[in-house]
Amino acid sequence: MATTVKDSSSPSTPPGQRTILYREAINEALREEMRRDSSIFLMGEGIGERGGSYKVTLDLLKEFGPKRVIDTPIAEASFTGAGVGAAITGMRPVVEILFIDFAMLAMDQIINQAAKVNFMTGGQGHVPLVVRTQGGAGNGLAAQHSQSLEALFYHIPGLKVVTPSTPYDAKGLLKASLRQNDPVIFIEHKLLYMTRGPVPTGDYAVELGQADVKRPGNDVTIIAWSGMVSRSLAAAETLAQEGIDAEVLDLRTLVPLDREKVLESVRKTDRVVIVQEAVRRGGVASDIASIIQAEAFDYLDSPIEIVAGKNTPIPYNLALESACVPQTTDILAAAKRAVYAT
Amino acid sequence: MHSTEFLAGLYRTMYTIRVFETRCVKLYRQGAIRGYLHPYFGQEAIAAGVCAALRPQDYIVSTHRGHGHCIARGGDLKRMVAEITGRQAGCCKGRGGSMHIADLETGNLGANGIVGAGVPIGVGAAMGAWIRGEDRVAAVFTSDGAANNGVFAEGLNLAASLRLPFILILENNQYAVSTPIEQSTAEPELFRRGLGYGVLSERIDGNDVLAVYRKTAEAVRACTQGSGPVLIEAVTYRQGGHHVNDPGQYMPKERLEYYRSRDPLRIAKEILLARVGANEEALARIEAEVDREMDEAVDFALHSPEPSVEAFLAEAAAY
Ligand SMILES: Cc1ncc(C[n+]2csc(CCOP(=O)(O)OP(=O)(O)O)c2C)c(N)n1
Repeated sequence: MATTVKDSSSPSTPPGQRTILYREAINEALREEMRRDSSIFLMGEGIGERGGSYKVTLDLLKEFGPKRVIDTPIAEASFTGAGVGAAITGMRPVVEILFIDFAMLAMDQIINQAAKVNFMTGGQGHVPLVVRTQGGAGNGLAAQHSQSLEALFYHIPGLKVVTPSTPYDAKGLLKASLRQNDPVIFIEHKLLYMTRGPVPTGDYAVELGQADVKRPGNDVTIIAWSGMVSRSLAAAETLAQEGIDAEVLDLRTLVPLDREKVLESVRKTDRVVIVQEAVRRGGVASDIASIIQAEAFDYLDSPIEIVAGKNTPIPYNLALESACVPQTTDILAAAKRAVYAT
Repeated sequence: MHSTEFLAGLYRTMYTIRVFETRCVKLYRQGAIRGYLHPYFGQEAIAAGVCAALRPQDYIVSTHRGHGHCIARGGDLKRMVAEITGRQAGCCKGRGGSMHIADLETGNLGANGIVGAGVPIGVGAAMGAWIRGEDRVAAVFTSDGAANNGVFAEGLNLAASLRLPFILILENNQYAVSTPIEQSTAEPELFRRGLGYGVLSERIDGNDVLAVYRKTAEAVRACTQGSGPVLIEAVTYRQGGHHVNDPGQYMPKERLEYYRSRDPLRIAKEILLARVGANEEALARIEAEVDREMDEAVDFALHSPEPSVEAFLAEAAAY
């Protein structure tokens, strides 16, 4: 199995770091936090012996046993609800929902229960529940296994929404999620599991609510998260060849949202492109655009560009699928429109 | 054989619930309580009997008809009335109200505005205890309406698959709002659903507090010996409409009369007077004490301040 591959000999890796896969980074976060805190346990479908569909929980059953790595029935509402109950009574459950599409079966437990308990009990109860799930298109998985549904959770007060784009962020953000007391929807991206990146050997956490400048620049700000970050970076490279210096800001967490860094970047570049994989209608990008126009209106030199998915279910056919989701060329074109105000 | 004190304690709990609900209905009519209020009239023996059999370390999960559970588990009447009248001194600081009343200090994880949703939450509480290797059970109150909801089936199956210390108390009061149970299922003997999941399941008279107590005590023993979960269907009848504003005219008079003749408080009183020789005077003393406590609780609540809007808005900004 590939999960223990550690590319520490790579010449480009800085000292104290290795290059590992996104899925390995998440596995490490779980393993290290479970060693540190015996109240953490995992629940989900086929996460034990099989190690999960994307191999994120590989070998954890071996180390932590069947009471801390629990294979559940195919019953999202009840095992998510069990996560809520366990969390109220002092545990830190990590519930894996195989596809974010399946979280729809557990919406009552996430939205009406997990998000509300602390509030409704007047602060008596806490729900330190992490729901790990994954979304996004890209594998021909069609309409019920490819959605980007972060806006549904973003909309609900009481939930935190985490959307890591790199192995470093995935590990650090998951650790931070397991060290705080609110319910977290931790949304991985299925196309990122096999991507690599440098991750420190030592312990670290990435505080929730801190956006990250993945590429500094002065001419235009490209705001992205999850799977859209790497496409934005690719677009920025092409823009650089054309003399446009783009800044790529990875939000990393949608709730809490790092408004300060968003506004700081916009005030520097005066031009904004927001990239979201999810369908355009009612998405997070629109909300960020409304924040920018309210708080930094005077800085804007051109209309805010939103590059988003088409308002359609995701088709099976690969050519149709990629037509639904923002591609590097779409981001490129939007950035040029913003810069040249055309 | 139970001691007089024990039986008097059960009666006291049941009487407290009855008086509490009576006063709440009155406060509702006076406009001091808003929203939905679902009284527990007629079901008092279930909360009292179950909670008497639980230990301090056990958890309960309640329902939208949850005042009785909260009281039987030892909830403070002052903080309860304060909550239901929306005061800062309420157990949930006036944020929850009747339908969300919770008291974590007594292991009451809370009522729920979503029918059935408490079932998996209770499974999780039992799961936590099981993982930690602690001797605790989670007793979840649920209802006949909830038995037709998906999470009831899922939760029971999940608990059974792990043999969790989980007791599901199905209060079959025979109505989901206006729909009688015979109309919403082809198998109104609801305990049979548990059998299908390999769960010890029985039907008992939910108006007989001793029957409820004994069956729950057995269930706690079964759970601690690893033969949980257990499903107890306690058959009862809702003495009145679904909520304060529902006159319940669809409930046949004769049936209501029949169940009033089998009123749980009356049955408990008969046991006390006839079987253990308690005297009327002793019961009257208990009732007078509870009445006074209730007066104090209402007085406390109505004289305590409402939450500060400014403080609330500051909290809200942090979400
Ligand atoms: C999921 C859900 N559907 C509908 C309602 C509206 N509702 C509130 S109580 C109730 C009836 C519940 O009947 P039952 O479960 O038998 O409990 P009872 O009221 O008899 O105690 C309904 C339909 C709700 N609160 N939650």
